[in-house]
Amino acid sequence: MIDPYAGERLKETHFHPRQSLLNFREAWSSWNGYKFADYYYEEEYEYFCIRNTCGTYDICPMQKYLIEGADAETMLNRMVTRDIKKLDIDRVTYVCWCTDEGRMIDDGTIFKLADDRFMLTCGSPCLAWLRKSSFGFRDIELSDISEKTAALSFQGPMTCEVLKKMGLSKIETLRPFGIMHFSFGESDQQLMVSRTGFTGDLGYELWIKPELALELWDALYAAGDDFGIHPYGESATNMARLEAGFIMPAVEFNEALKTVHYRYDQTPFELSLDWLVDFNKPHFNGRKALLEERERGPAYKLVKLDIEGNKPADEAFLYSDRKCSQEIGYVTSAMWSPVVKANIALAMVEPDYLAGDIWAEINYQKELRYHTRVSKCTIKKTPFWAPERARFTPPP
Amino acid sequence: MKTHDAIIVGAGHNGLSNAAYLAKAGLRVLVLEKNSYIGGAAVTREMHAGWSYSSCSYVCSMMRQAIHRDLNLTKHGLILVPYLGTVVFGDKGETLASYGSEGSEYNELFRRSPHDADAMSRFQADLTRYAQLIRKTLLRTPPDPTSFRVRDIKELLWLAKQFWSLGEKELYEYIRFFTMSAADFLDDYFEDDLIKAAMASPGIIGTALGVYSPGSAYILLHHVMGDVDGNIGAWGLARGGMGAISHSLAGALREYGGEIRINSGVDKIRVQNGRATGVILENGDELHSNIVVSNLDAKRTFTQCMNEADLPEGVFERAKNFKIRGSSGKVNIALSGLPRFNNVPENRYINRGGQGFVGSLETMERAYDCWKHGRWSDDPFIESVIPSAWDPTVAPPGKHWMSNFIQYCPSKLANGPWTPEKRDSFGKTVVDKIERYSPGFKDLIVHMEVRTPHEIESEVGLTEGNIFQGELTIDQLLFNRPFPGYAQYRMPIRNMYMCGSSTHPGGGVSAACGANAAREILIDLKRPHIVPEDDFYDE
Repeated sequence: MIDPYAGERLKETHFHPRQSLLNFREAWSSWNGYKFADYYYEEEYEYFCIRNTCGTYDICPMQKYLIEGADAETMLNRMVTRDIKKLDIDRVTYVCWCTDEGRMIDDGTIFKLADDRFMLTCGSPCLAWLRKSSFGFRDIELSDISEKTAALSFQGPMTCEVLKKMGLSKIETLRPFGIMHFSFGESDQQLMVSRTGFTGDLGYELWIKPELALELWDALYAAGDDFGIHPYGESATNMARLEAGFIMPAVEFNEALKTVHYRYDQTPFELSLDWLVDFNKPHFNGRKALLEERERGPAYKLVKLDIEGNKPADEAFLYSDRKCSQEIGYVTSAMWSPVVKANIALAMVEPDYLAGDIWAEINYQKELRYHTRVSKCTIKKTPFWAPERARFTPPP
Repeated sequence: MKTHDAIIVGAGHNGLSNAAYLAKAGLRVLVLEKNSYIGGAAVTREMHAGWSYSSCSYVCSMMRQAIHRDLNLTKHGLILVPYLGTVVFGDKGETLASYGSEGSEYNELFRRSPHDADAMSRFQADLTRYAQLIRKTLLRTPPDPTSFRVRDIKELLWLAKQFWSLGEKELYEYIRFFTMSAADFLDDYFEDDLIKAAMASPGIIGTALGVYSPGSAYILLHHVMGDVDGNIGAWGLARGGMGAISHSLAGALREYGGEIRINSGVDKIRVQNGRATGVILENGDELHSNIVVSNLDAKRTFTQCMNEADLPEGVFERAKNFKIRGSSGKVNIALSGLPRFNNVPENRYINRGGQGFVGSLETMERAYDCWKHGRWSDDPFIESVIPSAWDPTVAPPGKHWMSNFIQYCPSKLANGPWTPEKRDSFGKTVVDKIERYSPGFKDLIVHMEVRTPHEIESEVGLTEGNIFQGELTIDQLLFNRPFPGYAQYRMPIRNMYMCGSSTHPGGGVSAACGANAAREILIDLKRPHIVPEDDFYDE
């Protein structure tokens, strides 16, 4: 029988047959048209898998593009703000790209697979912008490989142990942002492993052909059984990335090409991504506007805040005084951090006020009734959570 | 001779939190520990290669978040992981599991009693209300009700205000609650015996009382008033074992310039002209300091580490009669695999959390009867946790360790002193009981550490092996802890203080006793008050 509502239903990812069995709470939302879990069992349980044991996060719905040809590197280098000519083969780098006005379209990662072969990953579809950006280049081929790639993020302190147990020899020698290739299963197909992730912890991302997705899942879960392996969803990811100080599209920044109101999008400088902008390389999209902004100074600055008390400052306004008379910014993400035991937030603050006091007006609910609390904020220079194991090779 | 500003006797977790705050305030601090390792009853010890036991305390919920945050204990290696999923077992093998969502939890209770499934929400609301009030006192110094000092009067008014905020009816209920037995309290809510037994079991833990003894209701509250990240009643494991708590506090202490000396048992606290002036070590060495802080229990401090002649009249007597009775044992077991339990499904969330072998209210009371007669219970109450199922760092991959807390086990047996044979026989009683619920359990045993009150007293130093450093009955709580008139951490000898669980707020790995004592010491020294307040006054 034909399902008359087929068009209403979301697509299922390559790992869905396994993941759906573990999604006891049926807590599904969506990402790029795919059915996607907010959480499987409990948000905090899964968060602690990332910090205490290990967990998998389905990144099949993430967008993946292959950019090939002699002009691939030059094109990408003109598109993104960072200089990717410095990137070695089998290395990954974090990038962002902007409009001519210097407003940020999206962020993502570039994998250099060969001198003329790159993979770009990002949260939202980017094919149209890639086409526009390739205009005028001759030797370039773009392909959307999102559906043709099964990808699983594997994060947490025990991940290296588990991959070793799975038989990935010398995985402990893989440095952060490095890539290794392994033959997987009997088919001799390739499994690509990158030491990347979105949690600020030790972790890897596994890339394989869709036909082998479930075989990979089974091998990983067999090896990880003694190490507390568990799938985690969007909620746990969001907690982990905030502790790591990573920005999220549609949370910290409004994608420029989707922004209706003038300057309701952001620039890399506003998002404190100054280190991603390289003016020493040849022309790139948004260069002139960003040069001007560097002179003039950004309208806001993204900062990490440690806030007094334990009430998360979700959607809080920020003020320069306790009486809340001078508004100076707003909180973009906030949470109580279970590992750091601190009330943390990311926030946009007007640069003129960065040196002074910052107060957050926090609304919180207690048995249906709302209360307000004004709490002092302190700017943190370093990520809230940055364990040695995430940086060291081999991981301790 | 080098003089320290403060010497802390005993590197238990409260001694360390006390020392950390004194050092943070700029004092030259020395902590003396009789054992070759620090932590007192919050330790991680490798008793068998590859397995790290939390030998004494094994879970935590009282640990003050404000202290964790203020001393940045995460930086010093402390991560607290909440654990879920406990199954309690009845006499006939029937089970009651605690599930990870409100809906499934309701269904599980409903299976046993639709009445109780409904009553649970009222029970939880009442208990939370009581807990919220009492937990606000954890990081505060109890007021002296006979004093006319402004600070005491203010604190008394604050306390009165908290009680009055409950409303008239609840105020009566609360006062009643303090003197009730756990079983009577639960009768107000539930009909199912296994549900009652499950909820009553925290009321006897660590205490020489039975489920029907007046006062056990408060002990129940003491075990549910803690929290993990604000979730009241939740329990957590310290990653790497409970020693991680002590080591992180020691890390903070060292960062502030404090010093810890192990293998340095204190024989006597030296008193000259009515002032504490230092300590005499077991090896005869004398160490001077302006302040002496005892992390030992009140009975041990005054009856063993001090001369009766140095104490004001009556104090020695009070210490001698301080209620600190041994009632529990601990069996730590290394296992070659994860045990399976009868009537528990292969559900990773509930078959690897905790196990409560409660039996029934009747069985728990009979277990208490054995204690009264100077025997360990032949059918004991056992509270078990398998930390390795949550924490990958405490056992080899695929292997596990199980922490078993047992009641009752007396410190003095009717048939003569404890011997290694009797200890092993106690261990066998425990393993036999678990085997009844988990056939094949014995075959999994790789190593076992059996600790009766005798071992706990001789190794850790807790009198009679009492885990709370003195019972948590109303005569020994708040401004009565350890003794009336001495509840503000200052002891009858000038320049001498106490900071262990014998003081307010009592037993449990909270670090609060030590921090509260530090606050009083800093006030006496007219130093800035740096001990943080709890952060949940608007919860």
